[in-house]
Amino acid sequence: MSTLLDVRDLKVSFGSGATATEVLHGVSFALSAGETLAIVGESGSGKSVTALSINRLVDFGGGHITGGSIGFTRADGTALDLAAADERTMTAVRGRDIGMIFQEPMTSLNPVMTVGQQIAEAFRLGRGMSGGAATAEAKRALDRVRIPDAARRLANYPHQLSGGMRQRVMIAMALASNPRLLIADEPTTALDVTVQAQIMALLAELRAEMNMALIFITHDIGLVAGIADRIMVMQRGVAVEQGETGTVLDRPQHDYTKHLLNAVPHFANGSATRTDERPGRPAPIVSVSDLVVRFPIRVQWFQKAGSVHAVDGVDFDLVAGETLAIVGESGSGKSTTARAILGLVKATRGKIDARAGRSRRPIQMVFQDPYASLNPRLNVEALLAEPAIANGQRVDAALRDRMRRLLARVGLGEDALGRYAHQFSGGQRQRLCVARALMLNPDVVVLDEAVSALDVSVQAQVLELLVDLQREFSLSYLFISHDMAVVERIAHRIAVMYAGRIVEIGGAAAVLSTPQHSYTQRLIAAVPSVARRRQTFTLDATPVPSLVRPAGYEPPPARWREVGADHFVREETAA
Amino acid sequence: MRVIRELFRHGSGRIGALIIVVYLVLALLGAVGLTPHNALQQLPISRLKPPSLSFWTGTDLLGRDTFSRLMLGIGQSFVVAFASVAAATVAGTIIGLLAAWWGHLWDGVLMRLMDVLLAFPAILLALLIIAVVGPGTSTSIAAIAIVYTPIFARVVRGPALSLKQRDFVDAARTFGSSQGYILTRHLLLNLVAPLTVQVTLALAWALLTEAGLSFLGLGVQPPAPSLGVMLADSKNLMQHAPWLMLFPGLTVMLGILGFNLTGDALRDILDPRTEQRKA
Repeated sequence: MSTLLDVRDLKVSFGSGATATEVLHGVSFALSAGETLAIVGESGSGKSVTALSINRLVDFGGGHITGGSIGFTRADGTALDLAAADERTMTAVRGRDIGMIFQEPMTSLNPVMTVGQQIAEAFRLGRGMSGGAATAEAKRALDRVRIPDAARRLANYPHQLSGGMRQRVMIAMALASNPRLLIADEPTTALDVTVQAQIMALLAELRAEMNMALIFITHDIGLVAGIADRIMVMQRGVAVEQGETGTVLDRPQHDYTKHLLNAVPHFANGSATRTDERPGRPAPIVSVSDLVVRFPIRVQWFQKAGSVHAVDGVDFDLVAGETLAIVGESGSGKSTTARAILGLVKATRGKIDARAGRSRRPIQMVFQDPYASLNPRLNVEALLAEPAIANGQRVDAALRDRMRRLLARVGLGEDALGRYAHQFSGGQRQRLCVARALMLNPDVVVLDEAVSALDVSVQAQVLELLVDLQREFSLSYLFISHDMAVVERIAHRIAVMYAGRIVEIGGAAAVLSTPQHSYTQRLIAAVPSVARRRQTFTLDATPVPSLVRPAGYEPPPARWREVGADHFVREETAA
Repeated sequence: MRVIRELFRHGSGRIGALIIVVYLVLALLGAVGLTPHNALQQLPISRLKPPSLSFWTGTDLLGRDTFSRLMLGIGQSFVVAFASVAAATVAGTIIGLLAAWWGHLWDGVLMRLMDVLLAFPAILLALLIIAVVGPGTSTSIAAIAIVYTPIFARVVRGPALSLKQRDFVDAARTFGSSQGYILTRHLLLNLVAPLTVQVTLALAWALLTEAGLSFLGLGVQPPAPSLGVMLADSKNLMQHAPWLMLFPGLTVMLGILGFNLTGDALRDILDPRTEQRKA
C-alpha cells in the first residue's frame, strides 16, 4: 500500500516569545491509503492538536508548527509537506484532499442556512459545481450517509435535526470532495450511545466504499477497537505507544496504555456488578410514585397546544445504602426526574416521599459539569460554607474543622480552603462538589451524570471514591447516567428510562445480563468495548417517539411483567 | 487592589488612571481652598489676561483666575458625575437583578419602563426633569441618575439571566439557600466585573452631560464655577480671549478621555478569559 501521510517528529507550540509552550514534543506516524488510525488519549494529551496540525487548522487556534514534517501524497501523486505549505495551498488541500468532522455538530453547522444549502456549498467550493448540480449532489450525499427522506431533509435547518442526523450532515459535507483522508475529532462524544453505534457503523461502511483513510480521535479506547487498523496512544504531547490494534489492546507495552485499558470501565454484560451485600430491602428512604412532569407548549399567548411529556408516570423506591441507577439517553427524562426530586422543576403530578433524614435536607445533588456548578468568584471555604449557612449554622471553628475533614476525605489538601474553583482540575472540582453535597450530612445524594465530564482515569478514581463514601456514610445514591459501563460498576439496581417512562427495573446483574425490554436490549447492544470489538454493529435507525402530546393526552396505564426476582419490565405496546 | 495594580501596568489604562488621579488631586485642592488665586474674587485690573506665569490659564471678563475656577469646576463636575452614577448603579442594578430573577410579568413591566426612559435622548430627558423641578446641583444629579438607570438595568439583566440558569444557582437551591444569598453571592458577585467597566464609562458620559446642562444654564448656578458655565461665558469672547474656551474645553475632553481609557483597560483586565489565563 502506498503511504498517504507521513508525519515525522512533529512539534507544535502555542503562544509566542517567552510565553510559548510546546504542546507536541515530536510525534511521528505514517498512514497508508485506506487505513484507519485511532489516536487515543485524555484531555491535554495533544491528540486534537496532532490532527489539527495535519490540515493546519491549528494555525487559527494560536498554535504553530515549530519542527518536523508532514508528508502528504496528493491525488495526482505529487508529494507535499503540509508543515511548510502556504495558506493558499492549504485551502485547496482542506477543500479537496482532507475532510474533517468535529465533536459538536450543532456548532459546526450554520444555524441560519438549511442543511441543503450548506452541503451544496461544500460541492460548489470543493468541486466547482454550479447551483443545480450541487443541489442534486447534496441530495445524493444525504442518501449516502443514510438519511431517510433526503429530499425533504435538504430544506431543514440544523436545529430541526437530531444530534445524530446533524453529525451525518457534517459527514456528508466532509465527504463532498471525495477526500482521501478524513479526520474525525471525537465525532460521537456528544451523541447518545445507540446513535454513536450508528455513526461508527456508517463511518466503517463509508471508509470501505470510498477507500478513504481515516484518523479517528477519541478518549474512549473501547470505541475504536472495532474500527481502527492501528492505534496511537498519546500522553502529554508524546506518542507513548503505537501499533496494530490487536497488539496494542492485547499486549500493551507502555504503562500508560495499560493504565488506560484498566481505567476504562469495560462493559461486561452484567458480570461485573457490585457484590457488596444490600440490606434486606428495608423501608424505602425515598419513594417516588406516579411522577409526571410536563412542559406546556404555547402556540400563542394563552392557548396551549399541548405539552412535552418529559416524565410520564415514574415510580420507584430508593432504599438506604443502595445505589439506584437511572439509565437512558438524552431526552429520556432521567435528569428531569432527578431535578423534580430536588424541587428544581415542578412536578405536574405525583408524590415524592422522603423519609425524615439525618438533616433538614436529606437529599443533595452533584451536577454533571464541575466547571458550571461552582461559583467562580467564591473560594472553597465560601463554597463549602453555603449549605451550612443556608441551614442556619454559623461559620465557626467546628464548621471549618468539618470542611477540612471532608476535603481530606475526598482527597483534597487543607490548603484548598483559600483557593478558587478555577485553580483545580476537573476531577478535583467534582471531588469538591461531592464534599459540598456531604456538608449537610444527607441520606441521599443524586448524582446527575456526575462522572461523565471527567477523563477516564479520573472517572475511575471518582467512582471508587463514591463507592467508599457510600459505605462510610451509609448513603443512598440515585445515579443518573448514560454510560452502561460506569453504571455496571456502581449500581445495585437499575431503572431504564425511555421516552419519559421506566421500561425496565431490577437488580443490576439481572437487567444487564438478561435485558427483557427491546429498548434495553438495543441500548446494551450499542455499548462499545474492547472485548466486543469483533462483533459488527448494524445500522438501526429506530426513531425515538415524540414526547410532544396534544393537550389532555393521558398515556395508557402501564402493565408490568415480572421476569424474575426483583426484575420488572413494562409491556410494550404499539404506541 | 490587584485590579488597580494591573490598571497601572496596562498601556492606555495607565494614562487614563493618571488623568483621573490628577483631576481628583486638583478637585480636592480646590475643595479645601488651596487654589493659586481666589476663584470668586474679581480683579478689575487683570481682566482678560492671556495665560502667563501668574495666571496659568488666563483670566476672564471679570478678572477672575480661570485656573482656580477650573479646579473648582472639576470638583463640581466630579461631585455630580460620581453621585449620579452611584445612584444610577444602585437603582439600575436592583431593577435589572429583580427583573431577571422574578422574570415573567415583572421582567416585562420593569424593562418596558426602562425602555420608555431610554427612548428619550439623554439630554432631553434631563431637560424635562429640570424643567419640572428647577435647576441646581441636586437636580442635575437626580436627572443624570434617572437617565443612566436604564443602561445599568440592561447591563445587569442580561448576564443575570444567564447566571440564573447556571448549575451553581441550582446547587444553591438544593441547599435551601435564601433568595437574598443567591442574589448577592451568586449573581451580584459575578456581575462586579461588567458593572465596574460600565460605571467607568458612565462617568465619562455623566461628566459630559453635567457640562452640557450647566452650559445651558440648568446645572450649577453662577457665580459658582463650573466647566459648562465657563464655556457658556466664553462664547461671546471667542475671538478676543480664545483661552477662555480652550481650557475648559480641554478639561472636559481630557476628563472624558481619562474615564474612557480606564474603562477600556478595565474591560481587558476584568475579562474572564484573560483572568483565567493569568491564574
